[in-house]
Amino acid sequence: MPLALRVAQSLSEAAGILAADSRTTLLSGGTLVMRDVNEGRLIEGTLLRVTDPAWRQIQVSGTRIELGAGATMAAILAHRELAFLHPAARAVGGPAIRNMATIGGNLFAETPYGDFAVALLALDAQVMVLAGYGSPRAVPIEEFLAGRARGEARLVASVQFNRPVAPGDFRFLKVSRVKPKGLSVLTIATHLPGSTSRIGQARVAYGAMAPLPVRARGVERALEGKALDAGGIAAARAAALEGTQPATDAIASDWYRREVLPVHLGRLLAGQS
Amino acid sequence: MAKVPVQFRLNGSDRAAFADPADNLLTVLRRGLNDFGPKYGCGQGTCGTCSVLVDGELRLACLTLAASCEGASIETVSGMADGPNLHPLQQAFMEHFAAQCGFCTPGMLTAAKALLARNPNPSRDEIIDGIAGNICRCTGYEPIIAAIESVARGAAAGQRR
Ligand SMILES: Cc1cc2nc3c(=O)[nH]c(=O)nc-3n(C[C@H](O)[C@H](O)[C@H](O)COP(=O)(O)OP(=O)(O)OC[C@H]3O[C@@H](n4cnc5c(N)ncnc54)[C@H](O)[C@@H]3O)c2cc1C
Repeated sequence: MPLALRVAQSLSEAAGILAADSRTTLLSGGTLVMRDVNEGRLIEGTLLRVTDPAWRQIQVSGTRIELGAGATMAAILAHRELAFLHPAARAVGGPAIRNMATIGGNLFAETPYGDFAVALLALDAQVMVLAGYGSPRAVPIEEFLAGRARGEARLVASVQFNRPVAPGDFRFLKVSRVKPKGLSVLTIATHLPGSTSRIGQARVAYGAMAPLPVRARGVERALEGKALDAGGIAAARAAALEGTQPATDAIASDWYRREVLPVHLGRLLAGQS
Repeated sequence: MAKVPVQFRLNGSDRAAFADPADNLLTVLRRGLNDFGPKYGCGQGTCGTCSVLVDGELRLACLTLAASCEGASIETVSGMADGPNLHPLQQAFMEHFAAQCGFCTPGMLTAAKALLARNPNPSRDEIIDGIAGNICRCTGYEPIIAAIESVARGAAAGQRR
């Protein structure tokens, strides 16, 4: 039985369909799902499209930002008020991919993909999930990613987070071998409130340094209460590898990833990348 | 599984085809509507030779669900020339020897068209970013970049005149 197609007019209808049938796959931008279809990995069940315009909405009100899960990287890039997120959105594929790839899909993309999810992790985003009919529930992104690793399939409606107080508090770096577009050797996002004086509530996240995007808790501890001076950066570099578990893939060996991570982290913190 | 009807405008003409529910747009264009301009390269979105414009937006036809294009306006490389008159980008690709085997050319032209529609006077770096999703194994990219640059600079000079 070949693949069937269903269209849901609303998010709650989509969540209901997904909860009721484990053989239904949500199609967002489709850049990963259609690959699976084309390569014969996805041949049975149902593809589900969502046409609810709320799914693609981007809302910026004061300090709070909400990105609909169906919003694309190109939509982020077109939004002037989201300039601090532009480096992360621009890190995803080439222009055609960015016109298609969505925030929701990025939360499910396997390493070394998932560059935007790394930015969301450093921003302490809340993932708004719908586990069936009803209203969305806020799940901290780290918990959400752990659930994803356990194979929990839930509809993501949107992500919410606070805008960094100063634009320089948030930094993003993707290291790849092919320029301007390539798979991640490693990705780093930092949110360091108070980066111009004393850092409080530091958040540092890595992509491609573990099976999932991970927080660099050692670096966060090393930076807490410090200034971003030579001493602070040296302490961060010394703690860079804590909790990492990189893979060897076609892009880089685990050894190479470990070797270059402290170097790139140091440069990012020093504002040299 | 029953086929689904899909209707859209293709290079300015209304077209309709029956597709399998999970068919991608490239399959419908090539097999259903005999538009062989966009090529099937990798089927993974990596090579870019299937690039088309959907409602003016650059997309990869191999990763676009055909059924999601209902009612859309689709432009492919086949619609770029105006009768016997080549599009300025096509002309520039010829003049700069920007096509060798030609397999990437439909995607390169389409990506370049999308770039210039959005940004008529791109810098060299912006041109490189504009074709970053398109792979060429022959030219080393320089002639392609030069061709796009010549059209952008020509149009900009024309505007100044
Ligand atoms: C050529 C190419 C280059 C790429 N380069 C990059 C890159 O540089 N960086 C990067 O991070 N990624 C990259 N990707 C991967 C991918 O394009 C992105 O990760 C993208 O954000 C995935 O989003 P999508 O909307 O296309 O996902 P889809 O393919 O639609 O979905 C992916 C998975 O997520 C699930 N899903 C999607 N949305 C939701 C939701 N709201 N709720 C629940 N489940 C959901 C789907 O069911 C599916 O299992 C690339 C892909 C290609 C083909």
